[in-house]
Amino acid sequence: MTPITSAPSAIDARFAALRDSGKRALVAYITAGHPDPAGSVALMRGLQEAGVDILEVGVPFSDPLADGPVIQHSSQVAIAQGVNLVRTLELITEAALDIPVVLFSYLNPVMAGGDAILTRAREAGVSGILVTDMPVGSDPVREAWFGASGLDFVRLVAPTTPTERMAEIGRHGGGFVYLISRLGVTGERDSLAADLPETVARLRSATTLPICIGFGISTPEQARAAAALGDGVVVGSALVRAADESVDKAIALARSLRDAMDA
Amino acid sequence: MGTSDAVLAERTGDRFGGFGGRYVPETLVPALDALDAEFDAAMADPTFRAELDFMLREYVGRPTALSTAPRFSALIGAPVWLKREDLNHTGAHKINNTVGQAMLARRMGKRRIIAETGAGQHGVATATICARFGLECVVYMGEEDMRRQALNVFRMKLMGATVVPVTAGTRTLKDATSEAIRDWVTNVNDSHYIIGSVVGPAPYPRMVRDFQRVISREARAQMLERTGRLPKTVVACVGGGSNAMGAFADFVQDTEVELVGVEAAGEGLGTDRHSASLSRGTPGVLHGALSYLLQDESGQVHPAHSISAGLDYPGVGPEHAYLKDSGRAEYVSVTDEEALEGVSVLSRLEGIIPALETAHAVAWIVREKGRWASDEPVLLCVSGRGDKDVTTMAEHLLPTV
Ligand SMILES: Cc1ncc(COP(=O)(O)O)c(C=O)c1O
Repeated sequence: MTPITSAPSAIDARFAALRDSGKRALVAYITAGHPDPAGSVALMRGLQEAGVDILEVGVPFSDPLADGPVIQHSSQVAIAQGVNLVRTLELITEAALDIPVVLFSYLNPVMAGGDAILTRAREAGVSGILVTDMPVGSDPVREAWFGASGLDFVRLVAPTTPTERMAEIGRHGGGFVYLISRLGVTGERDSLAADLPETVARLRSATTLPICIGFGISTPEQARAAAALGDGVVVGSALVRAADESVDKAIALARSLRDAMDA
Repeated sequence: MGTSDAVLAERTGDRFGGFGGRYVPETLVPALDALDAEFDAAMADPTFRAELDFMLREYVGRPTALSTAPRFSALIGAPVWLKREDLNHTGAHKINNTVGQAMLARRMGKRRIIAETGAGQHGVATATICARFGLECVVYMGEEDMRRQALNVFRMKLMGATVVPVTAGTRTLKDATSEAIRDWVTNVNDSHYIIGSVVGPAPYPRMVRDFQRVISREARAQMLERTGRLPKTVVACVGGGSNAMGAFADFVQDTEVELVGVEAAGEGLGTDRHSASLSRGTPGVLHGALSYLLQDESGQVHPAHSISAGLDYPGVGPEHAYLKDSGRAEYVSVTDEEALEGVSVLSRLEGIIPALETAHAVAWIVREKGRWASDEPVLLCVSGRGDKDVTTMAEHLLPTV
């Protein structure tokens, strides 16, 4: 595994700017091709306008075992419309965003993409990559491939992760650390996990990377509470569910999340 | 270095050659570390081993018989020996693994058990040992499989298990496994996930193999005792690959013994309706391991098909992927139609109604009639009995009986 030692990336720059203005990052997750390819391009642009700082674009996968029903459904909808990794990159290129994009994928579609796929992702305007099912140490050869790709390799930390392992994850990651706020799969929840402040404190002691908190955050109040603990929040299922109704609804939700976090 | 040395040398850590590994959400990593350590500690603990032996003897009914099959052997032209896993309590090899894993769960203080099931045999074997040990049991099962295997759903419920229908995706074993993993990610602190085959993230493939190894440990000794020699060929059906790994394990170092795994060719390898991951798949990651996988060029997992719910899975255990690539084992396939013929043959000639899964291995031996000299013994792993499949069998075979 190659530690990431490259020059400041678009994601680093975004966090530096946020720090200067005293704000927290709003990270939005959407599934590429959901609700349909054109709609997802409109959604990417709309989310940027609504004040999203970083966009995570999910690559639809047939067997998303870390995801709850909402993102599972969006993946099936996208796959049914022929959206795969290559098409995802085309949609990202088409959206021509100014904010950094993180590709959010399971390992299998990326492996199927072949050796040149990470270069193609950079050319499409992607700044970072997050692989849900490749924990630190699981596959040194492929992890090195991601680490050397020029993309920020965004790693996940869970509430179950021991503190020493958090430090190892920090050393092998880039951009920010995605802290899974609770045990379980993606999906909306009524409240934040009780042990979240303690987990954030442990992670803070283990890495200097910015910490973005996600999984289960759906309302403006939760976003504000989580933003107070970390450097940013990730909202996924709530936006995807809103996009099931309409792209405008999802954009309006993002705007209300932004307002709550900045208030 | 002979093949067997190479095979043994490369089976280290959590990999079998390049296959296997641990491709899971971060949340599960500490639980897998703990399981890995606990499994090794338990297997090195004479008290655990003694209790496992006791359970296998007193509860499962081991050792299982090694039966001659005189009329079937006459048809094939070589002596076929049947390793009778169908005689285990609950009627299949699956319970060898669930007993071991449930004992491990107790050792780790976990009182809630999660399982996935396809044919329902693993679900039944899990519900059974949970009843025996007083553990809570939640089984995920595809809606389509619940329909195909209604009797097993009832058996699980009768023993106090909760059976959760899975409506996602293809509504079969693949989706039930994903749903079981989602439950485990959510309840990892108090639950143990008993995977039903030699699939999943490390340490599951080697752990399940080692709990199933009893099949070949017994069979090897029984063959030597009864025939004074090792079998020429060991044959087993391959879904995820647990009965085959159990039947192969103690023969891997005997390089003169052929190891043959029989996959489900469904409606034919030329169609897109089969489950032949080793014969037709490409390397990919599903359910935590890198192995051969039925998938399209974008890396989307392709739905599998087999007449037998227990073989209806697009992946396969990583150790089989390794045994295939190293040439130590050979993998072949048999269609739905041939498997039904296999059911008929063993039923009529030996009075043994095999599970549809097992019937694939039977059918391959029938197809290969003439391959063996009259003094070359063939060892067939009869992974389970066919009672659970009589409805499906009747649909197809009733007009012929
Ligand atoms: C009787 C029987 N044989 C074989 C299998 C296939 O599983 P494996 O390949 O893990 O032995 C099953 C699975 O349900 C089964 O019930």
